[in-house]
Amino acid sequence: MSASDILMPLIGGAMIGLAALVLLAMNGRVMGVSGIWSGLIRLSDGLAWRLAFVAGTITAPILLAALGRPGQVQIETPTPVFLIAGLLVGLGTAIGSGCTSGHGICGISRLSPRSIVATLIFIGVGLATVFVVRHVF
Amino acid sequence: MTVISALLAGLLLGAGLTISGMVNPAVVLGFLDITGAWNPALLLVMAGALAVALPGYWLLQGRKPLFAEKQLVPTRRDIDAPLIVGSTIFGLGWGLAGICPGPVLTMFGINPLMAFIFVSAMTVGIMLSRFVEPWLRGTGAPD
Repeated sequence: MSASDILMPLIGGAMIGLAALVLLAMNGRVMGVSGIWSGLIRLSDGLAWRLAFVAGTITAPILLAALGRPGQVQIETPTPVFLIAGLLVGLGTAIGSGCTSGHGICGISRLSPRSIVATLIFIGVGLATVFVVRHVF
Repeated sequence: MTVISALLAGLLLGAGLTISGMVNPAVVLGFLDITGAWNPALLLVMAGALAVALPGYWLLQGRKPLFAEKQLVPTRRDIDAPLIVGSTIFGLGWGLAGICPGPVLTMFGINPLMAFIFVSAMTVGIMLSRFVEPWLRGTGAPD
């Protein structure tokens, strides 16, 4: 493991934390990406800022690639499983009112019991799922 | 003004996800694979994010936002059935593909086809929650 293997995740993580603070300090909003996205497709209030936020998240890797720091995406999941996973992520985050950003970062930062429980559950189930997929089958 | 600050937050999130490697499903699955070739990167991403967000949220507690009347943060503290069931379903999907809502939006800027496929399925899932959620609330599960 090189120094950048440790530094890059830490620096990237700090930027994610900073993004959450910008949204709270300026717009008074929690940075929950599943909530921001479902608000967009349900045409809830605040369409303009939701759209701008999504545009920013998509544009960032394009700008970084232009600066010579392209992001990597490796997908090995078979397409049918990939589709089911997408469906479950949408369904689960809508029912459980949050995902990695909303519960995992913003919720834990507010010391919300709901978010702490949710984060423990989805990490636990995620670990169990990968174990079954990779080591049982 | 809320549009500019949201764009800035989005850019920071997208850059953070790209630089940290969290946009890559292989990195996420490597983190969730503790009995295999475990990749601790995601733990560092979480640590970096919380090191900034935890003290920041504490400092900003109850403050009036710059471009809004007041903070709109969730206030519920009860652990109910939808929270538990929903987080379980989300964890299952996350473990199957290594993708969650933030990274998949950023993935649009790297691999648009795969991002589009996942976001489409995810959006169908969000729509379906309308039918599942009332049923979950009506089962008499502890609130």
